[in-house]
Amino acid sequence: MSALRELYQEVILDHNKSPRNFGRLEHPDRKVDGYNPLCGDHFTIFLKLNGDVIEDIRFDGAGCAISKASASVMSSVVKGKTIAEAEELFGLFHRLVTGEGDPMEQVERLGKLAAFSGVSEFPARVKCATLAWHTLHTALRTGEHRTTTE
Amino acid sequence: MTMKTAEKFDGTQVRGDFPILRQRVNGKPLVYLDNAATSQKPQAVIDAMNRYYLEENSNIHRGVHFLSDKATQSYEAARTAIARFINAPAPRQVIFVRGTTEAVNLVAASYGRVRFREGDEVLVSAMEHHSNLVPWQMVCEQTGAMLRIIPMNDRGELFIDKYEKMFNSRTRFVAVVHVSNVLGTVNPVAEIIRIAHGNGVPVLVDGAQAVPHMRVDVRALDADFYAFSGHKMFGPTGVGVLYGREELLEAMPPYQGGGDMIKSVTYHKTVYNDLPYKFEAGTPNIVGGVGLGATIAYLESLSFGAVAAYENDLLAYATERLAEIPGLRIIGTAREKASVISFVLEGIHPHDIGTILDDDGIAIRTGHHCAQPVMQCFGIPATARASFALYNTKHEIDILVKGIHKAQKVFS
Repeated sequence: MSALRELYQEVILDHNKSPRNFGRLEHPDRKVDGYNPLCGDHFTIFLKLNGDVIEDIRFDGAGCAISKASASVMSSVVKGKTIAEAEELFGLFHRLVTGEGDPMEQVERLGKLAAFSGVSEFPARVKCATLAWHTLHTALRTGEHRTTTE
Repeated sequence: MTMKTAEKFDGTQVRGDFPILRQRVNGKPLVYLDNAATSQKPQAVIDAMNRYYLEENSNIHRGVHFLSDKATQSYEAARTAIARFINAPAPRQVIFVRGTTEAVNLVAASYGRVRFREGDEVLVSAMEHHSNLVPWQMVCEQTGAMLRIIPMNDRGELFIDKYEKMFNSRTRFVAVVHVSNVLGTVNPVAEIIRIAHGNGVPVLVDGAQAVPHMRVDVRALDADFYAFSGHKMFGPTGVGVLYGREELLEAMPPYQGGGDMIKSVTYHKTVYNDLPYKFEAGTPNIVGGVGLGATIAYLESLSFGAVAAYENDLLAYATERLAEIPGLRIIGTAREKASVISFVLEGIHPHDIGTILDDDGIAIRTGHHCAQPVMQCFGIPATARASFALYNTKHEIDILVKGIHKAQKVFS
């Protein structure tokens, strides 16, 4: 059960149970729907931007524990960060969950995101972990539309 | 094959016929409960396909040489076996296709697109797989016909009285699933067809999930079209069958053009071939057809009645065991069910259940099962689904139940 324990770490179970920044933002600057057509997971991300700083973020929707916890942890780590910093974290996180290189070397920069290191052992779950991030990426880059993991 | 005549059937008697079931997954014996997605193949089918490539491979219906003749005979023998298996009046009413999806698309294109007019109505049920829904949406878009949905109750049973009242002078076609891949519901297709015929409307039955579980008799059902896939009935992927009523098939234009579907071709005019070849353009999946023939032989070596009784017993046992689990809700509780159980667990998403079960070597399906409208009907994003085949055992159901308890512990 060790790979499973690695996957479902306390941080993930906790954020699944009590997601942070869960809900909607009134009058967001950006709002993007993210959808994984394979499993039906869907999240909407709401952003309040101040210049290039993510002043506030909320997410709404439903999905598995991995996708929900990922959205929750993401929301708490990118709040207050610049767009460039958030994009850099996405790159780091992506390498972490796909098992590319050794992003754990940067464990300090990953912070709470390191809890998702176990995902790389479960290729079928990578899309769950990255759905919210892809959605955030779309929101930061463009504006109001829909993104999917496909 | 290990058994022939038994009145009493037990999955353990045939497990040895399916080599893949011997393997271990994550250090545990494989518990394969994803049969509604695809079933495993007996050694006899694998051998027949191997033998074909080792000894007979050639193109069919063309050469005058020894191998071409042998390959043609094997392929056509499979067609004859299938016709007998489903009690089709003649082998020429058995058209080889890639699978159920292609069979439905064939009928939608060659029957629907040609005949439907603006304002016509096509009836499909609320529990269709995307493969028996999207092709009809497409043909409705092309022709201006309208799709109407036969509703179901919260057990997952169609309202037959409401269905009967949906017919009017514009109703042109009914497409309905025999056994639901999500809910397990066995629809009363004979009655559904009788009602449609009473209104002069033909019916296509999606039998993909029915053929592995019950003896299907297309004449007793009086089906106009009956579609199924090889791979869900212990045969190979990439091959399936469209059965059709002869006069309907005769009147329909070809689905695709190419080799083998013609009698004579000039630069400007082609005379199409007779049934079934009119609908079989190009070199088909020959080895698939041969494999499907071997599958029929395998199934005919078993007593279908005894197998069905055994599967019912598995279903009853699994339903009882799962229902005991606190927080578990079974989706699909029709009175007539095949051995398919969809369920949701309070507080645990189906994907997480799937991952945790896989850790114990248990294969189930999670997600929307290519039936998103069915999920919407029940107000859930996804389900976990355990589907049983003739080689599954009660012991495996016990392992499944233990796995679900483990998932609940992880998330407690």
